[in-house]
Amino acid sequence: MTIMKKLLTTAIASAMMVGSAQADISDDTVKIGYLADMSGTYRDLAGPNGLKALEMAIADFGGKVNGAKIEVVSADDRNSPDAASSTVRRWLENENVDLVAGMVASSVTIAVTKLLEENDSLGIVSGSAASSITNEHCTPNHIHYVYDTYPLANGTAKAVVQEGGKEWFILTADYAFGHALEGDVTRVVEENGGKVIKTARHPFPTSDFSSYILQAQSSGADVVALANAGSDTTNAINTAGEFGLTQSGQTLAALLLFLTDVHALGVNAAQGIQLTTGWYWDMNEEARKWADRFMEETGVRPTMVHAGIYSSTMQYLNAVKATGSDDTQTVRKQMMDTPINDMFATNGRIREDGRMVHDMYLAQVKTPEESENEWDLYKIVRTIPGDEAYRPLSESKCSLVSKN
Amino acid sequence: MSMILGVPVAVLFGQLLLGIINGAFYALLSLGLAVIFGLLKIINFAHGAMYMLGAMVTVIMFDAMGINYWVALFLAPLVVGCFGVLLEYFLLRRIAGQDHIYSLLLTFGVALMIQGILTNIFGVSGMRYSMPDIFQGGFKLDFMFLPYYRAWVIFMALLVCFGTWFMIEKTKLGSYLRAGTEDAQLMQGFGINVPLLISLTYGFGVMIAAFAGVLAAPIYSVTPVMGSNILIVVFAVVVIGGMGSIAGAIITGLLMGVIEGFTKVFYPEFASAVIFLVMVVVLLIRPSGLFGKEA
Repeated sequence: MTIMKKLLTTAIASAMMVGSAQADISDDTVKIGYLADMSGTYRDLAGPNGLKALEMAIADFGGKVNGAKIEVVSADDRNSPDAASSTVRRWLENENVDLVAGMVASSVTIAVTKLLEENDSLGIVSGSAASSITNEHCTPNHIHYVYDTYPLANGTAKAVVQEGGKEWFILTADYAFGHALEGDVTRVVEENGGKVIKTARHPFPTSDFSSYILQAQSSGADVVALANAGSDTTNAINTAGEFGLTQSGQTLAALLLFLTDVHALGVNAAQGIQLTTGWYWDMNEEARKWADRFMEETGVRPTMVHAGIYSSTMQYLNAVKATGSDDTQTVRKQMMDTPINDMFATNGRIREDGRMVHDMYLAQVKTPEESENEWDLYKIVRTIPGDEAYRPLSESKCSLVSKN
Repeated sequence: MSMILGVPVAVLFGQLLLGIINGAFYALLSLGLAVIFGLLKIINFAHGAMYMLGAMVTVIMFDAMGINYWVALFLAPLVVGCFGVLLEYFLLRRIAGQDHIYSLLLTFGVALMIQGILTNIFGVSGMRYSMPDIFQGGFKLDFMFLPYYRAWVIFMALLVCFGTWFMIEKTKLGSYLRAGTEDAQLMQGFGINVPLLISLTYGFGVMIAAFAGVLAAPIYSVTPVMGSNILIVVFAVVVIGGMGSIAGAIITGLLMGVIEGFTKVFYPEFASAVIFLVMVVVLLIRPSGLFGKEA
């Protein structure tokens, strides 16, 4: 009798849970807000094609989750934390947006994640680089998905120091992302027996780098490292070439290069450059298959950010489906409990600080002889296991990390 | 090696030279603005877009038709200049005589449209353009390596600047121009086609911007947003030099390039703001600019 009673109550309870779970998708809609630089320096690495990737994910998911429809809104953040904040505030307070996706410039992301925390909403950051986003700026309301400055330094800087580049000159974009990258690189260089002899911080964005390249040349450093991104990096690489930086024996290290940057530079200018990436379209069969579909939609090959947006949207929708809820903490917990194995990552997992840890890749830009077409740009030199690539939780300053 | 404030003198020489090169771009761009404002009283916010078009047209002509750098140096400014003439004829003419703010808003709108359309088509990652082989390499000076191309930029920019100043201030055509904008009715009475003169002047100002764009194509990333990044700085240069003063625009352009160059050595974080600091100081002390006529 007691057993029967127990079974019955359990059955009723679970039936009620399922019932309430379905009602848990607020206003019967899962609404995703896509926020990115749609027109400025960082447009091509995420931008409108990132929105395409997001829409591909929704279409592949079937356009509905547990009967609730999936809607998308998008906005241009213009790389401005102020503009982004006012958009996101409107999304959260008036338009019932459940998930903010995209997010590129780190300064924008840090501002937006604070809003997400205030409103207990969820964000998945795919474009930003600063490792501080899941360190001192971590919140229980966001996930950092694709990469960050910690593995960029761990991959590229470590490889260059070990090849004998001991004295470093770092050219840094003067905002949150550049500072984070500069800090992570300095740590890696010093840990491996090298030394940073000078840093120069340039305004974002800068078009003329000749002055900085000249300073780098006269510094006598072995390695000139670029802690910037997008057109700042391509401009600096072009100028370094023009002023014969590498001919005079210095090594040029670009710490963050996207596929679109390398494509813009071309293999002639970029050949041999080492870089760290979270994903490459030609790295395995599954990635290639997805990249082919993406190319049909957009005409270009996807960056790691595009792939990350697709993958993270799928993860999110699967979590909503599994829990029957779009409640922030329910979904985030489900995502943390689910290992990620798809076209983007193998054995990826989301840690308590919000960092998605997965394997990273040290790549080298192909030579013109090796490259078979305009997007055949990288060869993967080494796979860096996720736990080696990302900041260990034992070093974390994130308040969510339980210190035992 | 002797040092100034902890920086070797040789480095400072290098920065001085680079400052002059960057200043040459500022001079070329502010020159066109000064011509257009000085003669037509139009505040041309589309100037950055014209600079960008000069560079984009150069790259597109090369990709699509294989037109080389030397031909582009003449052809691209001409194409963009014609576009400028059409712009003046169909749009700007309609608001002639209105408050300056109308021309500012109109040209700003046109600039945003051009930039938006090209961004949609080409993206912002930058288009590849390699410089002609003749410019590969450079001079090995005592204090720095000067790429041949940068030397060429200074030479061409100064040539165009001086030529423009000479034409407007010292030739008969220039005196027509100045007279036509002072008193259009009187000049028409003398049988001079003033509306045509105005269209051509706008086209000419735009051509100089496009010319700067061609010079920039081999060394800077050619993107649809390259003009908007430089436009505000160039406006500050024009204000410092004195709105409408042609010699003022040229000299101030070079000077600001040098000041910005030194700032990049001593306090790099401040490099993008230093020109505006100078602007504020100049406006406080001499509201009409360094070379402007007192109102």
